[in-house]
Amino acid sequence: MHFAFTEDQQAITEAARTMLLETCTPADLRQLLERGQPRDDARWSTICEMGLLGMLAPEEAGGLGMGLTDLVGIAEAAGYVALPEPLVELAGVTIPLLASLDDNRGWLDHAIAGEFVAIGHPVNSFVTDADQAGALLLGDGDAIHLVPRDAVTLIRQESFDAFRRLFAVEWTPSAETLVGNGWGQAAERGALLAAAQMIGLGQRCINLAVTYAKDRTQFGKPIGSYQAVKHLVANAQVQVEFARPVVHAAAAELPLGTVASNARVAHAKIVAGDAADLAARTAIQVFGAMGMTFEADVHFFLKRAFGLKNAWGSAAAHTRTVIARIIAERTGPDATFSAELAR
Amino acid sequence: MKLEYTDEQRAFRQEVRSWMEANVPTGPLASFDLTREGFEAHRDWERKLNDGRWGMVTWPEELGGRGLDLIRWLIFEEEYYRAGAPTRVNQNGIFLLGPTMMEFGTDDQKARFLPRMAAGDDVWAQAWSEPGAGSDLAGVRSTCTRANNEEWGDHYVLNGQKIWSSRAVFADWAFGLFREPGSERHKGMSLVLFPLDAPGVTRRPIARMDGELVFAEIFLDNVRVPVADRLGDEGQGWHVCMATAGFERGLMLRSPARYQVAASKLISLYEKNKDRLPASVGERVAKSWMDAEAYALAIYAMASRLAAGGTIGPEASTNKIFWSELDITLHQTALDILGDRAELAPAAPEAAANDDWLDGYIFALAGPIYAGSNEIQRNIIAERMLGMPRA
Repeated sequence: MHFAFTEDQQAITEAARTMLLETCTPADLRQLLERGQPRDDARWSTICEMGLLGMLAPEEAGGLGMGLTDLVGIAEAAGYVALPEPLVELAGVTIPLLASLDDNRGWLDHAIAGEFVAIGHPVNSFVTDADQAGALLLGDGDAIHLVPRDAVTLIRQESFDAFRRLFAVEWTPSAETLVGNGWGQAAERGALLAAAQMIGLGQRCINLAVTYAKDRTQFGKPIGSYQAVKHLVANAQVQVEFARPVVHAAAAELPLGTVASNARVAHAKIVAGDAADLAARTAIQVFGAMGMTFEADVHFFLKRAFGLKNAWGSAAAHTRTVIARIIAERTGPDATFSAELAR
Repeated sequence: MKLEYTDEQRAFRQEVRSWMEANVPTGPLASFDLTREGFEAHRDWERKLNDGRWGMVTWPEELGGRGLDLIRWLIFEEEYYRAGAPTRVNQNGIFLLGPTMMEFGTDDQKARFLPRMAAGDDVWAQAWSEPGAGSDLAGVRSTCTRANNEEWGDHYVLNGQKIWSSRAVFADWAFGLFREPGSERHKGMSLVLFPLDAPGVTRRPIARMDGELVFAEIFLDNVRVPVADRLGDEGQGWHVCMATAGFERGLMLRSPARYQVAASKLISLYEKNKDRLPASVGERVAKSWMDAEAYALAIYAMASRLAAGGTIGPEASTNKIFWSELDITLHQTALDILGDRAELAPAAPEAAANDDWLDGYIFALAGPIYAGSNEIQRNIIAERMLGMPRA
């Protein structure tokens, strides 16, 4: 029993975090918006060069053969900066799915090299970043098709978060595009990594609120010196603190694919969503009227959390999963860890 | 990261489980907060635990423990709560004073006090709060005056009044916070140990809202104790107390297992009554179970961090807020499932069917108050964890 990251994991997470913090500031996000660009090509090149996309791909496919516990901290960091590029989804969901197919038609190599492959999982109403993808993984019942971008029609569905590029996809399945059956654990992976990003988003909102509360004065004192403000922020921090270990445990347990481990993922997604939601609303409150503006930076993080909260399965659906688990499976102090229940 | 136990850890769990199954009293013991008999029954249980060398498993063997690591301590606690074993009457001793003494005590103090503490021979109470010093603990006015005479040698004379001391009605010893006369605030304080039956000590029980005598006032009138019974350096009492408070909030005081057992009971209660309950109750039950799991995971993560040489910092304050709030929410959900039967007091003929949810709820109500009120914890989180400016 050891519930902590290895030194290697901490080092790779730290390297990615440093790069993301340096290259993806709110000012950078604003520049992208002004230029009407969906992503930053230089940053994407760096992400590819660091080998982050292939972390979970098998070594024989040119990946690093790592697991979700290696990626989860990077997903938090991506959330912390509200990263516009689909690093987390591509590395954590799409590439492992491509790697699991009998014939990925060369797209695994392309994706590891940085070319987008969009994923139209049935749990999501829309497909993100489909316009920039070379190909799309789409479902027809349980059948999975790998369809070239030019063989589908995309209808843009603008999101509240301008960096979440959503599309409805019109397409026709054919024997030619059929590549596999069953989504495996794609939905659970998507949910877990959304949860990890929301931990980062929640912490960012808290940190923004703290910085603002130190600076902004009213009645002759920084507003952060008033208990009414402190306690708002502290409550949000408590929620983040007790969502984070659930997300980390879910990353370790997800591969088991049991009722208990799926419920852990659902739990992680619910509480990370609640924590990010509370933290974002707290930040808005601390910023006061400024929090409602486009000029203050909080909205970038609020919007991303808003989108992720019900992506890869709604909070309501995940609550159903948790309720089913506590009825079907043993609970109690000797039933904390999914691996022990599976013995 | 490896979220499964080793074979040795599993064997240890089995060892604890077997011992508990053979030794835990079949029925509940009488309350330790109402009668001397109930208190002594709990002391007997502590002695039995100690005979099995389960008194305080993390302590070194020479002090009555087994020298186990924190993961095994968690496993022990899980099996302890799972078995429904009696509440530890000496928790202020073993979980608060014990670790503090490990850090600040002299070898002589450790040898004198810790084995007797582990054995339940000395049951301890905490004597910190005063009528005028609650959340503002640095406002204590009770004094320790250094004196020297032929009968007592180098000693302290204690005077003042302490309040809200859990277990103090029947306990044997107390660890109290006193100040040098004339000193102010955080300076000049010392942590002094004193027997609760010493000449000059008067105890007055305080009835909780349900009549249980869960705490007491302690009046000290020229109580003499040897200087050797001061814990930590003279004038360093505040520093020593903050270490105790760290243990209290951080790890030792409230085992996750306690809430996980309660959550399992809540799930059973829900399943029995599910057909007549709206789906929203299922969501509340799931929320309580999730909170108990989250707390357990957070503590496992903390234990793993400590094992790797880390320390407990101000984040301990988030623990205290989380467990105290989850305890209330969990009990509220159970009481709402019981509906209009929930208000039955233990004396009611049909109260037995309610299990002890009401008692648990009353106890839970105090959670956000003791061990540093949750408002103080929020200040600590904001100021020391997040760096917000002090008022």
